[in-house]
Amino acid sequence: MQQVVNAPASSSEAENKITIGSYIKANMREYGLLLALIVVMVSFQIMTDGILMKPLNITNLVLQNSYIVIMAIGMLLVIVAGHIDLSVGSVVGFIGALAAVLMVSYEVPVFIAVIICLLAGVAIGAVQGYWVAYHRIPAFIVTLAGMLVFRGLTLALLQGQSIGPFPTTFQRLSSGFIPDLTGMEGTHGLTLLLGAVISLYLVYANFRSRMAQQKIASAEEPLSVFILQNGLILFAINYFTLLMAGYRGLPNVLIVMAVLIAAYSFFTSRTTMGRRIYAIGGNEKAARLSGVNTQKLTFLAFANMGFLAALAGLVFAARLNSASPKAGVAFELDVIAAVFIGGASMSGGVGTVVGAVIGAFLMGVMNNGMSIMSVGIDYQQVIKGLVLLAAVIFDVYNKKKAG
Amino acid sequence: MNAILEMRGITKTFPGVKALDNVNLSVEEGEIHALVGENGAGKSTLMKVLSGVYPHNEFEGDILYRGETQKFSRIADSEEKGIIIIHQELALVPLLSIAENIFLGNETAKGGIIDWNEAHRRAKEVLGKVGLSEPTTTKITNLGTGKQQLVEIAKALSKRVELLILDEPTSSLNEHDSAALLELMLEFKRQGITSIIISHKLNEVAYVADTITVLRDGQTVSSFPCEHGPEIENRIIKEMVGRELTNRFPPRDVAKGDVIMEVKDWNVYHHLHSDRHLIRDVNINVRAGEIVGIAGLMGAGRTELAMSVFGRSYGQKISGEVRLKGAPVDVSDINKAVELGIAYVTEDRKEYGLVLENSIKNNLTLANLEGVSRKGILDDQAERRVGREYIDKMNIRCSSMLQDVVNLSGGNQQKVVLGKWLYSNPEVLILDEPTRGIDVNAKFEIYTIINELAAQGRGIVFISSEMPELLGMCDRIYVMNEGRIVGELPASEASQEKIMTMIVKSDG
Repeated sequence: MQQVVNAPASSSEAENKITIGSYIKANMREYGLLLALIVVMVSFQIMTDGILMKPLNITNLVLQNSYIVIMAIGMLLVIVAGHIDLSVGSVVGFIGALAAVLMVSYEVPVFIAVIICLLAGVAIGAVQGYWVAYHRIPAFIVTLAGMLVFRGLTLALLQGQSIGPFPTTFQRLSSGFIPDLTGMEGTHGLTLLLGAVISLYLVYANFRSRMAQQKIASAEEPLSVFILQNGLILFAINYFTLLMAGYRGLPNVLIVMAVLIAAYSFFTSRTTMGRRIYAIGGNEKAARLSGVNTQKLTFLAFANMGFLAALAGLVFAARLNSASPKAGVAFELDVIAAVFIGGASMSGGVGTVVGAVIGAFLMGVMNNGMSIMSVGIDYQQVIKGLVLLAAVIFDVYNKKKAG
Repeated sequence: MNAILEMRGITKTFPGVKALDNVNLSVEEGEIHALVGENGAGKSTLMKVLSGVYPHNEFEGDILYRGETQKFSRIADSEEKGIIIIHQELALVPLLSIAENIFLGNETAKGGIIDWNEAHRRAKEVLGKVGLSEPTTTKITNLGTGKQQLVEIAKALSKRVELLILDEPTSSLNEHDSAALLELMLEFKRQGITSIIISHKLNEVAYVADTITVLRDGQTVSSFPCEHGPEIENRIIKEMVGRELTNRFPPRDVAKGDVIMEVKDWNVYHHLHSDRHLIRDVNINVRAGEIVGIAGLMGAGRTELAMSVFGRSYGQKISGEVRLKGAPVDVSDINKAVELGIAYVTEDRKEYGLVLENSIKNNLTLANLEGVSRKGILDDQAERRVGREYIDKMNIRCSSMLQDVVNLSGGNQQKVVLGKWLYSNPEVLILDEPTRGIDVNAKFEIYTIINELAAQGRGIVFISSEMPELLGMCDRIYVMNEGRIVGELPASEASQEKIMTMIVKSDG
């Protein structure tokens, strides 16, 4: 094969030296989203006279959005695979109800009840995934049916009433904070420590992968962007933990979220299964003819969504400390909006976990900021809708320009 | 003679690329004008400029049609003047009928109410002009590609057409349908319709064209009358590539080994209609280091045969046996076939071969992610090394391995598809129309790669509708017709006439 090697391919790459301008242009989407989040946070910080970034409010912001973020991660995989799941809001309600019936009415131990609930979530996702993957019933229809079925079952389980309160151990899932092992005065030492360690590790990992990239070809990012980006990571994480340390430290649910974000980011970008899911969404026929088991992976994406929806259901129930028939109503819309704001493509194959999480927080910050400024729920919805539309218009326009 | 169309100094730039650079084109009334050039030379772009796909304010230069300067803002403007373009990718709605497609956007309606009787009557009339005798209620999806192309032309004829532009009209047609289409073009010429044809098939150009304009790298290289003789093809090639191609097929040392794959008593039924018996009692084999061709007309069942062998990716009620190196193997799903070392390079790279909005690197490794991962975890560095290696090996022209394949030219996309399968290290490669729609230079590169694969001792099954290609590349050729193998010829004895004779004799 060596004879075919020809100069033009390799030399042309060297000619295309990456400048800062062209790099930012090419990665407009990612930076645009991050920039939007920063702009929104800063402007609300100013408009709310600094209430937004108060330690208590930041903590609340995280707690309020945790279940949306958890589901956005699962929804990202479903949407990347080229499908949609409309049932997640109802599943949140149903799992909350199931948890309440088990723990409150039947006094099943918390740990066992949680396991049962998570398994129930997996089973729900698996059933829906089975129809979508193996019988090619459109996901929109299957999960629309699921949405009705599980809302109905929620009402049936609760017999139309709220059940609560939950045992204290269970409540801690949402309302607990990590213990401070360092025993520092006036602040939460472990929180600060965790922030420092995690941020340093991230910068170290980025640095290492850049070094490795340079061994093969020139790095993708210009050095200045690389430094700026890592500086921002260091600053943002440590500033964030400093704020949280000023209240009660890191909430337990934030740890759960962080682990999920890290694990699923890794899954989507670094595993063969993750890569194959993107290929399915990008071109299912080509993926199948390349030996990808498209049916199994689609099935698993839905089962995983069921699992995360169940987890979100537990977090939500623990936070409200009761299961109500209305729990989770319209959550699916917030989750789907977060994923699309985060840059996923309606036709599948495109999107990132971090994008979806940022999308969820962008909406969360707007909700929270507008509530502080006492904008009514009516106009909050109007504004959220417009933001979703603007984000997608930006995407489409951006893509057109690039093409 | 007077010019019906003159395009002067056309310059069209896309971000970062000058697609057309001061191009001139002059077409005489009543002639067939061929526009030739390599992929990316700017032929299709020029026609999009002409037909108003790119509005007049997005390019520089003038379009004179019948002596008047035209400023088209959209396709409807050019159609109004009688300029009709038929694109390479057919623009028909599969689930609508022939009549509905012909009058789509141009319905035989009064006040929004469609007169269906009139529609079917007129549809029948234009179908007659193109020599197609299907009922006008037939759905497009039930027609073969050749007939679909005819419907597309009938659709053009249903409008007032003075200048007909055909972009690669025969790229997906077999020889028989192609020949019929060329005759149709000559018939239109007799009726006074001017045509522009874009084609890679130089024998067709030489056959129908009156004048040839050659584009290279977005510029007009030359324009000359087409003298119908043996020299003309060589002249076109010379102008296209800027040098003389002494040999269209690279030479090769044949070193055949033992039989590597055998397909025995293979039967396949249509994937939807279980009573349609598509492949009947097929027996074929390929030796290590051998290139075996499968010739046949469109619809002969070649793709269906290949895909059904490749992990039953096509058809139902499949029966028969596949043997690798003498031992029967289980190829009941694609994964098993890939693991056994069988690769199928699809005829439709965009639809079945590539994840278009994904990078070159990700496409190259898709069929063998195990090779760049450990326990399901991708090794980014290993993957980049593979990307680099195959971009060099296949000579894929790109700005970076992270470039999306959607932005590559057809030839380079095809190299990515081939590279993907090479990286899965197959023992048998089934190539289905591997050079469809790509230019002369890229074809030569792909032929070279195929020869090397054979030299490494792999078995190659080569499906193609271009007979010269089969004759130039293969050691042995099977002839297929209506789902059966109707003949087998060693390359030394094969000729286009013999192959056609075998096909014709087996009919009826």
